[in-house]
Amino acid sequence: MSGDVVIRADGLGKAYMISHAAGGNERYVALRDVLAGAARRAMGRIRDPARGASVSGDSSVEEFWALRDVNFEVKRGEVVGVIGRNGAGKSTLLKVLSRITEPTRGRVEIRGRLASLLEVGTGFHPELTGRENIFLNGAILGMTRAEIRRKFDEIVAFAEVEKFLDTPVKRYSSGMYVRLAFAVAAHLEPEILVVDEVLSVGDAEFQKKCLGKMQDVSGQGRTVLFVSHDMAAMRFLCPRCILLASGNIDAFGETHTVISEYNRARAAANSKSYPEGSLVRSIVARQSESRIVIELEYSALPSDVCFPGVGFIIHGWDGRPLFGHNSMLEERPQRSTTRNGGHARIVVNGPPLLDGSYLISIQMGDHHHTYFSDPQCLALEVSAMIDSRYQLEQRKVGSIYPSCSYEFTDSL
Amino acid sequence: MQTHVERAPAATMTGERVVVLEAGRAESNYWRDLWNYRELFLILAWRDVSVRYKQTMIGVAWAVIRPLTTMVIFTIIFGRLAKLPSEGATPYPILVLSGMLAWFLFSSILGDASSSMIGNANLIGKIYFPRIILPASTAVVALVDLAINLVVLLALMAFYGFLPGWRIALLPAFIAFAVVASFGPALLIAALNVKYRDFRFILPFLLQFGLYVSPVGFSSSVVPDGWRFFYSLNPVVGVIDGFRWCLLGGESQLYMPGFVGSCAVAAALAWLGVAYFRKFERSFADVI
Repeated sequence: MSGDVVIRADGLGKAYMISHAAGGNERYVALRDVLAGAARRAMGRIRDPARGASVSGDSSVEEFWALRDVNFEVKRGEVVGVIGRNGAGKSTLLKVLSRITEPTRGRVEIRGRLASLLEVGTGFHPELTGRENIFLNGAILGMTRAEIRRKFDEIVAFAEVEKFLDTPVKRYSSGMYVRLAFAVAAHLEPEILVVDEVLSVGDAEFQKKCLGKMQDVSGQGRTVLFVSHDMAAMRFLCPRCILLASGNIDAFGETHTVISEYNRARAAANSKSYPEGSLVRSIVARQSESRIVIELEYSALPSDVCFPGVGFIIHGWDGRPLFGHNSMLEERPQRSTTRNGGHARIVVNGPPLLDGSYLISIQMGDHHHTYFSDPQCLALEVSAMIDSRYQLEQRKVGSIYPSCSYEFTDSL
Repeated sequence: MQTHVERAPAATMTGERVVVLEAGRAESNYWRDLWNYRELFLILAWRDVSVRYKQTMIGVAWAVIRPLTTMVIFTIIFGRLAKLPSEGATPYPILVLSGMLAWFLFSSILGDASSSMIGNANLIGKIYFPRIILPASTAVVALVDLAINLVVLLALMAFYGFLPGWRIALLPAFIAFAVVASFGPALLIAALNVKYRDFRFILPFLLQFGLYVSPVGFSSSVVPDGWRFFYSLNPVVGVIDGFRWCLLGGESQLYMPGFVGSCAVAAALAWLGVAYFRKFERSFADVI
């Protein structure tokens, strides 16, 4: 390993065995099924010796490569983001780096103490007090007892739970719980820190505090690998970024460039159609003068649904939601027969948007269930929606064009 | 397919640890790695013990009541109704309770350790550590229970004016034997529990079966001589006979061929358990 490289992945691959056996989605095998399968095969062989081994039903085991041929290097003190769609292999990559699971192919060399934070509050026990959980969680994250004792006061102050130190955490509010959990994690001092989407918990105030803490960490020359869906946080924290797509590294470079690429790849089109069996068959979004029109075709809803609701969210260039609405919010939601499916048309009359690209999420459901949800499935290029001589720059002022009036009065 | 190149320096000049991750790699420094995680083991053991005794009264009471009630029932059934002989002049309740201590140690380790993987699935999926730490830390809880039960036994002995004698000093060795004897099968079942999620339904049945085929409610000397060696191949027989030999102050004699047989079976099971566990340990996070 050359001088300053602290993580080097070399042809890294990870395969999972996926079984398509009867019973479907269960991740584990039941002994009962294995025995029954063995018995069936034995019976089959007796009954049908000509077909021999081909009778065996377990050919339905399939290899799924969550990571394939991943190569990258991270230097000491670098803060690198990892982005990609759900299922792109981000979590698998972090799990391999944290040694939770073994690579199937290739190798990784890690130089220095690595701690991983894949979840806030791993191992917290509800019956134990805050104080006890600090020690437990600290040890689980890889701190020594001496280290925890040294940082104890700092952790407690950061979490703002002084008064409840000797209360079992099951009595904590969810906010306190998260604060305590994050406080422990934030005081980890490994040489390399691997962080999964953990900033999405907690209130905005605390998130800000955590971002600050993360920045401190990276400022101290520590290496951080950071997975997030929050593109703004990504830009804030990580100068460089890895884009994963179906287990491959699609891009590795300056965060701004990689995020743009990601957004382009993620929702290249303003229309999308879905395979047979999906509730929604197709979605199209387009700009019609100063309006946005979204249309979707859907097939039969479950028979007990009488108010099929459809909702949307419009996101800005960084993936942050701008606004959303759904048909259930109307004063008199339209009743519709759902047996044969149908066509829904959403007309967004406002607010007007500045030129740029936007992402759209679509959801279908009623008060009780979500029957369909596809976050950020469409991309829409908006241009000249606003009848104005000057275009403000979306990057600088935000995306929504406000309706304003200005009045000046000369002083006498 | 692995090109297994042994890395010479485990630490660089700066003293930094270099970890290499590749398929099959975990095998090579398994025991050293385990040693590095001793602190986590201690804290998990402490967690299990303190959660169990959190509500002190109930925790301790439960540890005491369970063997005591079983002792009373077994004394009535085997001692009074079936009129089975005790060992020498040992009062029957003491005979039963001393066997019960051994059995509860064995069965709680087997039961708790084998479900420890499923119970800590969340940890396994989120954090790396040698997985064997989990069943090992639950075994500590069983040892604390044993300590409480020993106090109960001593109280019962005081009540009968019964002296255990010098052999009690050797009890730690037999406790260690009991731990080894139970830990092997426990690891085996723990791994099977992860692999086949319905395996856990089999264990309670095995444990109940074990309680009656093992000499808990009676002395193993009631087994006919011709069968005694085969009977002793059950490692629990060795554990219970050993406990009684230590605790019953010379009233109980150790049947050596059987005891050696028990030890051999226990050692074989321990080896099998560790080997099987290690084989599947690496994929636990993928299936759990």
